[in-house]
Amino acid sequence: MLSRTAGNLYWVGRYIERADFLSRLIEATLRLAALPSSYGGMTNAWESALEAAWMADAYAARGGAFDEASVGEFLTVDPANPSSIRRCLEAARANARAVRTALTLEAWEAINGAWLDVQKYGTRLEDRDQLGTMLETVKASMLAFDGAAHRTMLRGDAYWFIMLGSAVERADNTARLLDVKYHLLLPHGERVGGSLDYFQWTTILRTVSALTAYRWVYRDTVKPWLVADLLILNRQIPRSLVSCYEEILHRLDQLSTSSARRGPAHRLASAGCAALDQAKIDGIYSRGLHEFLREFIADNNRLGAAIAEQYLF
Amino acid sequence: MPGKAFDEMFGHPGAAGTRDVYAPISDWLNGSPLDVMTTRRRQAELFFRRIGITFAVYGDPDAAERLIPFDIVPRVLSASEWATMEAGLIQRVEALNAFLADIYGKQDILRSGIVPEELIVCNPGFNLAMIGKRPVGDIWVHIAGIDLVRTDADDFYVLEDNARTPSGVSYMLENREVMLKLVPELFAKLRIRPVETYPDQLLDMLHSIAPPAAGNAPTAVLLTPGQHNSAFYEHSFLADKLGIELVEGSDLFVRDARVFMRTTEGPRRVDVIYRRLDDAFLDPLVFRPDSMLGVPGLMSVFDAGNVSIANAVGTGVADDKAIYSYMPEIIRFYTGAEPVLKNVPTWRCRESEALGYVLDHLPELVVKEVDGSGGYGMLVGPHATKAMIATFADKLRANPDKFIAQPTLALSTCPTLCDGGIEARHVDLRPFVLTGTNGSRVVPGGLTRVALEQGSLVVNSSQGGGTKDTWVVDD
Repeated sequence: MLSRTAGNLYWVGRYIERADFLSRLIEATLRLAALPSSYGGMTNAWESALEAAWMADAYAARGGAFDEASVGEFLTVDPANPSSIRRCLEAARANARAVRTALTLEAWEAINGAWLDVQKYGTRLEDRDQLGTMLETVKASMLAFDGAAHRTMLRGDAYWFIMLGSAVERADNTARLLDVKYHLLLPHGERVGGSLDYFQWTTILRTVSALTAYRWVYRDTVKPWLVADLLILNRQIPRSLVSCYEEILHRLDQLSTSSARRGPAHRLASAGCAALDQAKIDGIYSRGLHEFLREFIADNNRLGAAIAEQYLF
Repeated sequence: MPGKAFDEMFGHPGAAGTRDVYAPISDWLNGSPLDVMTTRRRQAELFFRRIGITFAVYGDPDAAERLIPFDIVPRVLSASEWATMEAGLIQRVEALNAFLADIYGKQDILRSGIVPEELIVCNPGFNLAMIGKRPVGDIWVHIAGIDLVRTDADDFYVLEDNARTPSGVSYMLENREVMLKLVPELFAKLRIRPVETYPDQLLDMLHSIAPPAAGNAPTAVLLTPGQHNSAFYEHSFLADKLGIELVEGSDLFVRDARVFMRTTEGPRRVDVIYRRLDDAFLDPLVFRPDSMLGVPGLMSVFDAGNVSIANAVGTGVADDKAIYSYMPEIIRFYTGAEPVLKNVPTWRCRESEALGYVLDHLPELVVKEVDGSGGYGMLVGPHATKAMIATFADKLRANPDKFIAQPTLALSTCPTLCDGGIEARHVDLRPFVLTGTNGSRVVPGGLTRVALEQGSLVVNSSQGGGTKDTWVVDD
């Protein structure tokens, strides 16, 4: 496969994943912000959403209130925010369009359809209904893309590069989400049950669609260290760091069977996988959750760079 | 409904009834109320929009991705009409190839005085880098788009020869797919010749011109200027249908007199390049040094006989409109036969007598730039204001060599779905001729372009024209 094509497909995977993550983050924040303050409903829920999306600085530079209307618009349709959902879909589509031949008609239609749908909203959202509808549409389109890719694409380089990009982005998103909330996940001052932070933890789980999963896995009330355990070390959760790294390694293996080449990206992914494999949540906490996540994010960035280098994007 | 021109469905102005070949279309139109037709048109538009067929119009940023309007009333040609056209097209492309081989080779035609030497050697389309070069099989124009217009039942004229990088074939193919979905009943009733064989024929042709060094399994690629080019959709569409890589200049590089593409598995050799990039941008070492779209060293690989380029470099001289005016003589010179398809009488403004006539008759004439395309920079006299004519006359006097003029032809009309119902609109036809070492082929039909504005004669998609499916049916 052409290296440029591979690069474009990898970024299609990343942008689609990012758009999906943003939609889920906003939905979870809408719910959190609506709670009365006596239940831990936060006045700064939108500030925290911006941090989880790593767009707090960009938002501060632009200026605006930390409320649903303003932050919601910034994260979704703002054309000046290079990481808004709108811009993510534009970038995904531009990458897909550049390699139209590497996608099936169905996969292309899903991306093009998502882009067309979001265009309809223009650059302003009128009300909460519109925000809600838009988020639903985006999530549905992203699922449609996954389904189209899964059902129609050849199991070959094109498919593997999309999946690789999507796994690298997913790992990054989960780690950043946890890092923003890491202080809430620390065990000190723990009050089992009625913690005001309960809603914060469930918000994290909702953002990655893992609240129900949590209950099935632990059969326990929501406890912060178990939330961290679930999202870092649980292999059953598709967005956990360990699942993402298993997928990354798997995709790199598949790619190397067709090219018979292993390179630095492979070594980094194997090392990351092995580290997560050995890790225990107690160990992570004793070393420091924040430090662990920071290191993980930096390693993941290095992996991204190594992939680009290995496949000559 | 018939207007002043010959109508594809009704025949001569004032004739009663429909032409036989259109009887099923006439029945279909009569049996479909306007709202049914507009619903069908909406379905077609939705289909085009979803699959992302768009066409960028230069100089209009808002319309960066516009749909070419598609008309759901097909244009129908009878098998006997097609047989004549096909023979004429193949004859013409053979002559074009012989002409190019000659002017870059022995130049017999210049010595015989049939075409003036300065018209060739001073022509911007004449590429000095190609003098003495021989592409595989001495084939230069592998893909030709010959624009035809009709003025009467048996009168077909060639309006232009597009011998550089003709576009539009993706619309021909997609229009057919849409029509198959919209009106399956008509396809069941009529025996319409298929066009879907085009991608196979194109790939076959590209393989046939591979250099001998390529061996049995040549690698062909499609070279595009990139996704900002107005025809990018077509480039990606064709690469997909052919199953070949869609490459940009930066994907290719030259080493040891070979062209390679950069792949995730390392460099891979390329033997045939179907390029949709103009000559000037192909190789910055030989042509425009500022080109970021080309491949440095590409021409040296061609010279070494290790890569084939389709169409060959330097074919622009053959679609120059001043050369066009000599096509009847060129066809006779190389084929020894009379041209099957007519040429439109053409005044070459470079000749002072002709210039005088043209200046005196501007309101009746169509004036075109000799090296222009896409309907840009032309004057349609009968539709121009006095002021436009005056401005154009100044341009013409200042630079007569750049222009030719032709009478305004009464282009045939074809029933077309307009806002108020079915109306007559002017059409042309661009069939695509493929030529490889195994001969020339034309898929039956081509792209019918239609001027959607009432009375307009400009069918170019860059000027707001639309397209129709073209059916060749047995008489």
